[in-house]
Amino acid sequence: MDRVYVLLMGFLSVVLVNNFVFTKFLGTCPYLGVSGRIDSAFGMGLAVTFVTALSGTLTWLVDYYILTPLGLEITRYICYIVIIAGAVQLVEMYVRKFFPSLYDAFGIFLPLISTNCVILAICLFLDIWGTDNLLEVVVLSTGVGAGFAVAICIMAGIREELIMADVPAGFQGAPITLITAGILTLAFMGFAGMIK
Amino acid sequence: MAQSNELQTGLYKRALLAGLWEQNPTFRLLIGMCPPLAVTTAVKPALTMGLSVIFVLVCSNFVTSLMRNLLKPHLRIIMFTLNIATFVTICDLYLRAYLPRMSEILGAYVPLIIVNCIIIFRCEACASKCGLMVSILDAIGMGLGFTIALCILASIRELLATGCIFDLRVMPRGFVPWLAMQMPVGAFVTLGLLLGLASVLTRKKRS
Repeated sequence: MDRVYVLLMGFLSVVLVNNFVFTKFLGTCPYLGVSGRIDSAFGMGLAVTFVTALSGTLTWLVDYYILTPLGLEITRYICYIVIIAGAVQLVEMYVRKFFPSLYDAFGIFLPLISTNCVILAICLFLDIWGTDNLLEVVVLSTGVGAGFAVAICIMAGIREELIMADVPAGFQGAPITLITAGILTLAFMGFAGMIK
Repeated sequence: MAQSNELQTGLYKRALLAGLWEQNPTFRLLIGMCPPLAVTTAVKPALTMGLSVIFVLVCSNFVTSLMRNLLKPHLRIIMFTLNIATFVTICDLYLRAYLPRMSEILGAYVPLIIVNCIIIFRCEACASKCGLMVSILDAIGMGLGFTIALCILASIRELLATGCIFDLRVMPRGFVPWLAMQMPVGAFVTLGLLLGLASVLTRKKRS
């Protein structure tokens, strides 16, 4: 029971309190560039969640069982990049073959994901946090992806409304989006006291 | 002969200057937005970050430009990324050895230079098509533009959050620090206002 509690708290912590987009500014490019459509944002979020879970787990396994025992930490970044690119490619091929309808839904986002900072960041942060158990790794990397999905969906929803708003000429587009993102961050700061 | 020389110089000059304002990655193209938001709580880390990006950009543009005739279309991106990852590793190890304090502050953001869009974008758009000289000048221009943007943002945030710039006291003693500037909110709002200012200025210039 204690174990489940810890995992649940860890999950909530990366989704709400330590959300990568709001507190660590990772994945801001797709976050700011996302079109004002919730369904495509949701597709992107889902694809990212899937890839973070997969590559977070894979890189942790490689790091823990191969690189660290062999003393090859120097090559860590290069290995991570290769694993992420491979995982993305694999997911893309698998989805195209077995779930053609799903592929049409988020196929275009998949190649873009390999350069999304959230993915590399989760691999690096798992190392910084010093996670040393497979279950925790799976839960945390899924949670980070879910946090990204939450952030990007909220942003898409706000942008849908923002089209209607009367914004000063110079501030249309990116500036107002950034200011909105700032206010949204302020709202998410309210979660800060929830979990240590 | 003289004319072609002049043409060459013009090309070099354009490559160097484009990144400073016309195609400034942060203010105009809006790419590679995570470091400008994340490491700009103070000027020192921002400057370190900017210099690291210049180093990685110049090296990777140099290598990409050398191997531009060998690139296969479908393997191009992974070649760029591996190449960038190598230089980022060098940069990270250097920072850890000689500037351990900075390396601690920047943390995961140094390895995250690998996935910074600016570098892949310049490899793809410039270095894989142009000669050695143009690629290097372009990398220096882009890197400088990025560093300047980072420093502007960082000095505003540091000034308002602590009253100091570069750890030197600027504001009078009675100044009340704006703590919000050090938090994520400060980053987003300051960058938003700066971008707004930039677009207002360009509009004025045009009309």
